[in-house]
Amino acid sequence: MAIALHYTEAERALRAEARAWLAAHLPRTPLPSFDTRAGFDAHRAWERELHAGGWSMVTWPREYGGRGLNLIEWLIFEEEYHGADAPGRVNQNGLFLFGPTLMEYGTPEQKARFLPRLAAGDDIWAQAWSEPQAGSDLAALRATALPDGDEYVLNGHKIWSSRAVYADWCFGLFRTDAASERHRGLSYVVVPLDAPGVRVRPIAQLDGEPGFAEIFFDAVRVPAANRVGAEGQGWEIAMATAGFERGLMLRSPARFQRTAAKLVALYRRHAADCDPALGAAVAQCWMAADAYALATYRTAARLIAGGRIGVEASLNKVFWSELDLALHRTALSILGARAALLREAPEAAADGGWVEGFLFALAGPIYAGANEIQRNIIAERLLGLPRGPG
Amino acid sequence: MQFTFSEEQAMAAQALRELLDDVCSGADLRALADGAAGHGTARWERLAAMGLPGALAPEAAGGMALTATDFVLLAEEAGRAALPEPLVAHAGVAVPMLAELAAAAARGNVAQALEQAAAGATIVIVADPCEPFSAGLDCARRVLAGAGPEQVGLFARDELSVSLQASLDPLQPLARVGVPAHRASLLPDQPALARALWQRARLRATAFAAAELLGLAARMVEIAVNYAGERRQFGRPIGSNQAVKHQLATVQVQLEFARPVVYAAAAMLADACTAPPESPVPALTEARIAQARLAAGAAADLAARTAIQVHGAIGYSWELDLQFYAKRAWALGVRHGERGALARRVQQLLLGGIIEPGPDRLFLN
Repeated sequence: MAIALHYTEAERALRAEARAWLAAHLPRTPLPSFDTRAGFDAHRAWERELHAGGWSMVTWPREYGGRGLNLIEWLIFEEEYHGADAPGRVNQNGLFLFGPTLMEYGTPEQKARFLPRLAAGDDIWAQAWSEPQAGSDLAALRATALPDGDEYVLNGHKIWSSRAVYADWCFGLFRTDAASERHRGLSYVVVPLDAPGVRVRPIAQLDGEPGFAEIFFDAVRVPAANRVGAEGQGWEIAMATAGFERGLMLRSPARFQRTAAKLVALYRRHAADCDPALGAAVAQCWMAADAYALATYRTAARLIAGGRIGVEASLNKVFWSELDLALHRTALSILGARAALLREAPEAAADGGWVEGFLFALAGPIYAGANEIQRNIIAERLLGLPRGPG
Repeated sequence: MQFTFSEEQAMAAQALRELLDDVCSGADLRALADGAAGHGTARWERLAAMGLPGALAPEAAGGMALTATDFVLLAEEAGRAALPEPLVAHAGVAVPMLAELAAAAARGNVAQALEQAAAGATIVIVADPCEPFSAGLDCARRVLAGAGPEQVGLFARDELSVSLQASLDPLQPLARVGVPAHRASLLPDQPALARALWQRARLRATAFAAAELLGLAARMVEIAVNYAGERRQFGRPIGSNQAVKHQLATVQVQLEFARPVVYAAAAMLADACTAPPESPVPALTEARIAQARLAAGAAADLAARTAIQVHGAIGYSWELDLQFYAKRAWALGVRHGERGALARRVQQLLLGGIIEPGPDRLFLN
């Protein structure tokens, strides 16, 4: 096989099918933010609807509630999904981070237990990794899950856990060996957020909504069957999750291409009353969004051929997070004085939403491993530069 | 939808890399730049033995009938080595144009010139009438040129007035080419076809320059990474400092996100070239090729500046071979459509509504 940048008949048919389903099922009005109670519930209902149509996790096997599509087909679905401005995925951490991890490291029992409910939106998942003293230096984490018979007893304090306020479960990294240090002695454990001893304290984000939370674990007991992978394998598994997060699924290119298309439309509407030099920035954003999409098509083709996502995921993380910021900053420049109007402002009208998107984009260079850390990873593990003094 | 190179394509690129590691090292470039060696006839013969001069020529003319998708990786290797001889200009641009010309203007001398070019026996380059300067005239024996964009002629180098210019790139000096006014076009009654042939030549030149820039950028990152790992200050390698690491990581991000654009542009170019020359080039293909040059050019420019900075004072010295790659990158970065013109063309197509952006508009179909 050589490069052939044409969709097959089957791929075209899939696109048409996804487009038709979305047109028939999309909510008539945009859903409220999933960082509010009402919005969270509305988004869960949407997840159930997607699942009923067979579109909630298209790359999974049918037995787990998926559609058995390959990654190129997934990209086509994503293009239709974002092209239709369909709702954000409230269960994205479960679907795109925990799900693929379980697919790779879970036992058959764990897959059967968690994946179908995940695909159906019955369980919404949050990630419990960071701690107050373990952010970029994740290996400094101190929360413990100490074995006690057939159970683990969890103690500790997790933070910056997106969607944990309303979520049902979390997947986390805990120290199963109390004497261990750094990357050793960690295990990957999943915990129901309504278990006795779990306390979730919302944290308001820059936009004022409780989009993330602290999770306190006080002698929380979970069965040993809630451990994914072997005891002590937690770091390896977490890094695999990080690869999914940074490298492929969490930020599919279609959302940035959709934003770029909206940016072009915004510029065309305001070409007469904004700095003409902004046209160059708009074109640059479109090119960068398409470059990200082309890179993802190449990654997808490589994975279909049996390759794996490795350190190069860090390149992706830097690129899409900076792209998202550039898209929104350019839009704010076009909007001039109206850039500071929130969506609900009477005069925001059709141009609203960009400043909210800008605030969200500001998180991109921070979450999933700050871009400074990504650049260290690129330099040391991709380019082979010597490790730093720190 | 298939976006991976074949094993054969990857192997051909690897073979060229090994050959150029052997015959086109930094020391070879330096010998040429210092005047200690002339242009590498032996090197060109090795390239010809691989069939590369005729890579894109039809089989009937003794070529390999490859496509732009096959050639893009080879152009990247030529860039990586800062190859002084105009392999890309000859095999990637001039030979396909000669083939198109031979098909359109049934003149025996064009067909014969194509065969000689495909065999590598003569080097041919394109002197685009819309470009002020051309490179490769120190090597070429024949030149495709025109008194204007509606004329196409095949000239012996000696028939043209060639004014060599002192140039930034010591290995590929530029020249202004003057075409004798009295010579008739080979396509006297087909000015539109002449324009189309020049446009195709320009698209090929732009796409393959992008590939060369990609190779140059990667080479310069490698050179800088090696140096940063060896050079010690404050008792440790300078490359262990985040200020150095992050600069090189930033180059690598730019480079790796230019790469798929360059490859996609080549594939779209290959598709466009299956149509008759006078059929219009799709706007998205044109934009993608421009984007490839812009992205690879930006990556190579940043790689050059970063690599020089990482080297410190020695980076500013004539003695370092890095200069050959940096200067080639800068010189290529202003040829075949100046940066601003390419960027403006993309804006015109996108903002003017000729291209509609969107998640389902990444490819033509």
